[in-house]
Amino acid sequence: MNFKLISLALIGVTLFFLVLLPFFGSPYSLVLLSNIFMYVVLTVTWVMFCGPTGYISLATSAFFGAGIYTAAVISFKVPLLLTVLVGALISFFLALIIGIVSLRLKGIYFAMFTFGFVELLLHFLLWYETNITGTTGRVVLTLSNQTVYYMMLALAFVTIVFTQYLNNSRYGMALKSIGENEMASEHIGIDTAKLKILTYCVSSSFVGACGVVMATRWTYVDPKIAFNPLYSFIPIFMAILGGARKLYGPILGAIVFTYLQEILTTRIPYYYMLFFGLLMVFVITFLPEGIVGIIDRRLKTKIN
Amino acid sequence: MVTFLNIFIGGLLMGGIYALVAAGLSIQYGVGRVLNIAHGEFLMVGALITWYLFTIYGISPLISLILIAFVFFFFGFLLDRSLFSRLRNISPSVAAFEANSLMACFGLQFVIQNIAIVIWGAELKGFSYMASPVNILGALFGANRLITLAYSLGIAGIFYLFLTKTRYGKAIRAASQDIFAANLMGINIKFVLSLCFAFGALLAGTAGALISMMYSIHTTMGMEYTVIALIVIVLGGLGSITGSMLGGLILGIVGSIVSYLEPGLTLVAYYMLFMILLLVRPTGLMGRGS
Repeated sequence: MNFKLISLALIGVTLFFLVLLPFFGSPYSLVLLSNIFMYVVLTVTWVMFCGPTGYISLATSAFFGAGIYTAAVISFKVPLLLTVLVGALISFFLALIIGIVSLRLKGIYFAMFTFGFVELLLHFLLWYETNITGTTGRVVLTLSNQTVYYMMLALAFVTIVFTQYLNNSRYGMALKSIGENEMASEHIGIDTAKLKILTYCVSSSFVGACGVVMATRWTYVDPKIAFNPLYSFIPIFMAILGGARKLYGPILGAIVFTYLQEILTTRIPYYYMLFFGLLMVFVITFLPEGIVGIIDRRLKTKIN
Repeated sequence: MVTFLNIFIGGLLMGGIYALVAAGLSIQYGVGRVLNIAHGEFLMVGALITWYLFTIYGISPLISLILIAFVFFFFGFLLDRSLFSRLRNISPSVAAFEANSLMACFGLQFVIQNIAIVIWGAELKGFSYMASPVNILGALFGANRLITLAYSLGIAGIFYLFLTKTRYGKAIRAASQDIFAANLMGINIKFVLSLCFAFGALLAGTAGALISMMYSIHTTMGMEYTVIALIVIVLGGLGSITGSMLGGLILGIVGSIVSYLEPGLTLVAYYMLFMILLLVRPTGLMGRGS
């Protein structure tokens, strides 16, 4: 038995278990797992683009919010799958706009630009909603826990498979070479601008789709809920927590994070953000390689 | 004519506040490469301490200001020594350090904000101090606003002299140009970087003390000011004190014009300006070419 077969079998069993869960699991387990899938999608898509290239995007909440708002505007009028598709498309085009105008910005400037983009969108929408449409919030179609669960499971699965495929393809290699030396990769014939923008758009459309599905859980949204900048930073934190070097790192980070959040919000509701802040500072200063780093070190010492 | 004066002088006074809010972040990022997202939280703590001392003990905000300056300088110095110097050691490159310190500051923002909420709660607070109106050519402004403008111009002047005339000022300027070379020239880089972060904290805290005299304050206000500071330093050029003064004044006047025309779009106008500037001239109005 080789390593690849074992891991494939493991993934198959897990997937089988997850698909059958709604038939025997408690409603709470479905809600918790849907949350985990949401964070897995947000984190893995962030790592898909930002991991290899080294660009720090703080616009995740713009794409997530675009999905949420799509659901708020059209979820009562069209079938669910179409809403998801529209949400994904809108995020795709938002990312295209950001990509075209800003990907020549380097380092911290790109981070600031994307951060500003979210705020611009939020404040424009706030102004538009209060002055033009005269609404302050919108109601979203509510779905059953089971529907949300299956949608999120499918989305998380597709995201992970796509990222795995991308990482091992020549496009993934090209992205990595951009992260190492952008000018050199341009010289060896990689169309860096096109590749960067396309990857950014595709990864963002997953986030938009995720926003559409998760919006149905909130029933009521307003611009401040939809475009909360927290959703830009949390995925980065989860990626750091898990370790961004391997694909299972961000997934692990998302699972640990969601579970911790679940425990802490019920046990210490007034201090849990404080705890997260401390955890964040701790992980960044003492575990820069995340959980994956620890596992790798353990494995290496065992082999030696 | 009075409307014009109102807009212009109002913008100028607002700009003074913005410049002060941004000056600290400008030093922290310009020299230390720490894009301190928690900058607004330092400001918030400064404002709430001032409010607390004034309402409970009746201590004048101008005395608290001096107190806060010392405490925040010390605290900022310690924070750089403990947290950011460690991050500098473990980060393989400047870009990695910028990313790490950005995320660490984001965590710090939660820590500071939530400690403040535990201590002071989350409701709106405020007091009025020296709010008596002053007549400038027919337009009326609160005396505390004039004091703030005077303080921020004074601070800018002192910093300018400090940076150009003293040895440590020269060391800071050298470090902001090329950390590696400055280190080779025998400058104690660790000390200089901690000094810069400490100055940034000092400026944030005192700005908070002044703001508490004019506006209502609350424990969740930090992010607004961080964002303003970010816009101003991009406008003026990262790491240039005179640039952030100029940027603050420009932003103040733009804000004052837009809020006269369509109050709801002030922030939208700020972000538009911010993003256009990032695209057209990312080094800012006074920044050095890249």
